[in-house]
Amino acid sequence: MKKNKVLDFSYKYGAIFVIIAVIIFFSIVNPNFLTYDNITDILRYISIVTLVAIGVTFSLIVDGFDLSVGSTVSLTTVVTASLMVWYQLPLPLVILIPILLGAIVGLVNAWLIVKIRIPDLLATLSMLYIVAGLHKTYTQGFSIYNNMPMPDGSTAQGILGEGFLWIGQGKLLGVPVPVIIMLVAVVAVHVFLAYTRGGRLLYITGGNQEAARLSGISIYKVRTVAYVLSGVFAALAGIIFTARVGSGQVDAGSPLLMEAVAAAFVGFSVFGAGKPNVIGTFLGAFLIGILVNGLTMLNLPYYAFDIIKGAVLVFALSMTYLHMHRRKS
Amino acid sequence: MKQPTAVKLHMHHINKLFGGVHALKDVDFTVHGGEIHALLGANGAGKSTLMKILSGAYQADGGAIRLNEQTITVASPADAKAAGIHCVYQEVDTALVPSLTVCENILLDRKPKGKGLRWLRWNAMYQEAEAILREIGYEIPVREKAENLTLSEKQIVLIARAVSQQAKCVIFDEPTAPLSLEEAERLFRVMNRLKADGVACIFISHRLPEIMTVCDRVTVMRDGCHVWTKSTAELQITHIVEAMLGKTFQEENPKVAANIGETLLEVRGVRQGTKVRGVDFQVRSGEVVGIVGLVGAGKTELSRLLFGADTMEEGEIVLGGRTVRLREPRDAVRAGIVLVPEERRKEGILIDESIRTNLTLPILKHFTAGGFIRRNEEKEHARSMIGDLGVKTPHEEAAVGYLSGGNQQKVVIGKWLATEADVFLFDEPTKGVDIGAKRDIFTLIGKLAQAGKGIVYLSCEIAEIIGISDRVLVMCDGRIVKELTGSEVTSENILLYASGGESHEEK
Repeated sequence: MKKNKVLDFSYKYGAIFVIIAVIIFFSIVNPNFLTYDNITDILRYISIVTLVAIGVTFSLIVDGFDLSVGSTVSLTTVVTASLMVWYQLPLPLVILIPILLGAIVGLVNAWLIVKIRIPDLLATLSMLYIVAGLHKTYTQGFSIYNNMPMPDGSTAQGILGEGFLWIGQGKLLGVPVPVIIMLVAVVAVHVFLAYTRGGRLLYITGGNQEAARLSGISIYKVRTVAYVLSGVFAALAGIIFTARVGSGQVDAGSPLLMEAVAAAFVGFSVFGAGKPNVIGTFLGAFLIGILVNGLTMLNLPYYAFDIIKGAVLVFALSMTYLHMHRRKS
Repeated sequence: MKQPTAVKLHMHHINKLFGGVHALKDVDFTVHGGEIHALLGANGAGKSTLMKILSGAYQADGGAIRLNEQTITVASPADAKAAGIHCVYQEVDTALVPSLTVCENILLDRKPKGKGLRWLRWNAMYQEAEAILREIGYEIPVREKAENLTLSEKQIVLIARAVSQQAKCVIFDEPTAPLSLEEAERLFRVMNRLKADGVACIFISHRLPEIMTVCDRVTVMRDGCHVWTKSTAELQITHIVEAMLGKTFQEENPKVAANIGETLLEVRGVRQGTKVRGVDFQVRSGEVVGIVGLVGAGKTELSRLLFGADTMEEGEIVLGGRTVRLREPRDAVRAGIVLVPEERRKEGILIDESIRTNLTLPILKHFTAGGFIRRNEEKEHARSMIGDLGVKTPHEEAAVGYLSGGNQQKVVIGKWLATEADVFLFDEPTKGVDIGAKRDIFTLIGKLAQAGKGIVYLSCEIAEIIGISDRVLVMCDGRIVKELTGSEVTSENILLYASGGESHEEK
């Protein structure tokens, strides 16, 4: 009985305690850690991960999984850059077209999973490679930057405009724009999930598809929407990524998948929600952000970070599954 | 496989308690080698419990099992097999490894012998499996994978497995329910072979005509007691039916009078696979149509077709004069047909969600403005529903999974009440429901009928069907074999037609 209480408590507040402990640890080791500039840095770093993780959260809510988000980020990053550098399209199109691409990737995922009935992990794993291959084929393996040389020997006419770069590098009232976009997205998605019919249907469908179907819900539509939203949020992340680094980097998104999945699973356990939720996802991303930031300050080699990130994911998964099995028995 | 001595298996004064319920009371049951012995009883009579004790799945709370006058301990299925008691379960798939061959499945329980590296002698194994199959007079390619077999072939594999281990007693737990007539005939030939070899065969079936032709003796159980054991030669089907139902059998009539109006639902020639083979019927407003049949008669499958949960191959559903096409349950709900499904916890409710969420699920739009849920109105609706339905719960936010079966069922019914559906389908709605909640559910159904709804009540509980229905349709093997009205609606008649009695004689 006592052991249960400890477990319950750790499940409910464990993630929060870990975050606080990590913050305290790093601020003791490094006096620069808790400065405004550094916190802003962390938030800016996680803004992209959080958007990707929101997408993953949508797929998890309907009891699915989307592994293709990282590749979707890569694809939309190079496409966004190419629309400006190669084709010099106006800003609205530069933003709209990648979002549509993200939606299309989501639709294909949904079609494979919902209609063809390939298990979600396998379908989106295949899409991970297809989309990754597409984006490299599209750029012939090169990153895209201002006035880059073209294969035919000429020079590309376009550049990434000031207005566009502002999305990733600008500030509004001293707060970086990507951070504002992230916070708006988190709040908006939270409101959607908690207070609207759409959010309720997503959770219901994920909770028990057959019961949802036999209650007259069109679960195919609901699941499709979840995967499309996943793709769209990955596309948003891709756009901001381009604006932040000022070029279209090949393979930009592949490291993001791991972080996004870890963030979403840490989110499961925040406040004992026991189900995917966007506030938790945000805090999960924040935990990863402070870890990466703090470890960088400690001069740890960057290639060791994956070990830490992997450990965070394993820890979050352990908490979730231990709790789930205990509740079942 | 000749048995050297005649087998005699005796279950002596067996008692079994589940919680406070006396499931078996001093049951005596004897079966001899070289006979096929039918074990009969209505649902809940205790025959499955008795057989589970014999096969080691349950432990008896009192009594003894004697094999050839020696008391044996059957503490696990392995003990039972060691004693030569085998069971051919209804769910054959749980006992087979689908990716292995017929041969491997037949010889599955065999322990490897000898020391050192033990090579599998494939040819010898194939020959042995073939020999066993030949012995029981059945041919299945032994190299075929078990997953490619038909259901009846899978049963044969299980029987062959029992034979390969020198079975003394084989329990056949409703093996014929999913089989066609020819398949059943072939199974009977195999059973007769076993019988000739001195094996004691216990046969559970609801189809009385086949029992009359196949079995030597019949034991009837009722309410956890042994009623009698008689030789088939001195019996008629009606004797068995009477013994199964008992003289004291009466249930208070929960029927409420309602005005029966014009036809609401017309079902024409609905067909899907082997489970629903051409069903026609009509439901009028205010009418409760009871569809009764044994387990496996196709009731659940029929209800799912009428609700669009499965897609019918053929047939037409006419609702209020208009043909409706049901591709998904959503279409049925829109048209005005709703289903209270059999598997409540899996299909009816979301056990982790609150009562409020469950109750408002199909009508969430009513509480939504601009996409946002108006939480207060939703709560109010849930509260008034809880009051109307008599759901016993501290508040509307409790997770439905914590409610009792009866209260869960009320929530399932409650979620449909506000949809203004015209036709309500109930599939075994009283399964796992206590008596008090059962009465509440009957009252609810009565109110729905009075409000002019059409009710289709599908159940294998004969007493309930008699109590609640205006008209009874008896279903057997995917067809409606008989319509009973007025004074024809008796347990005897229902059981007779449901077990294929009359139709068998017509053939």
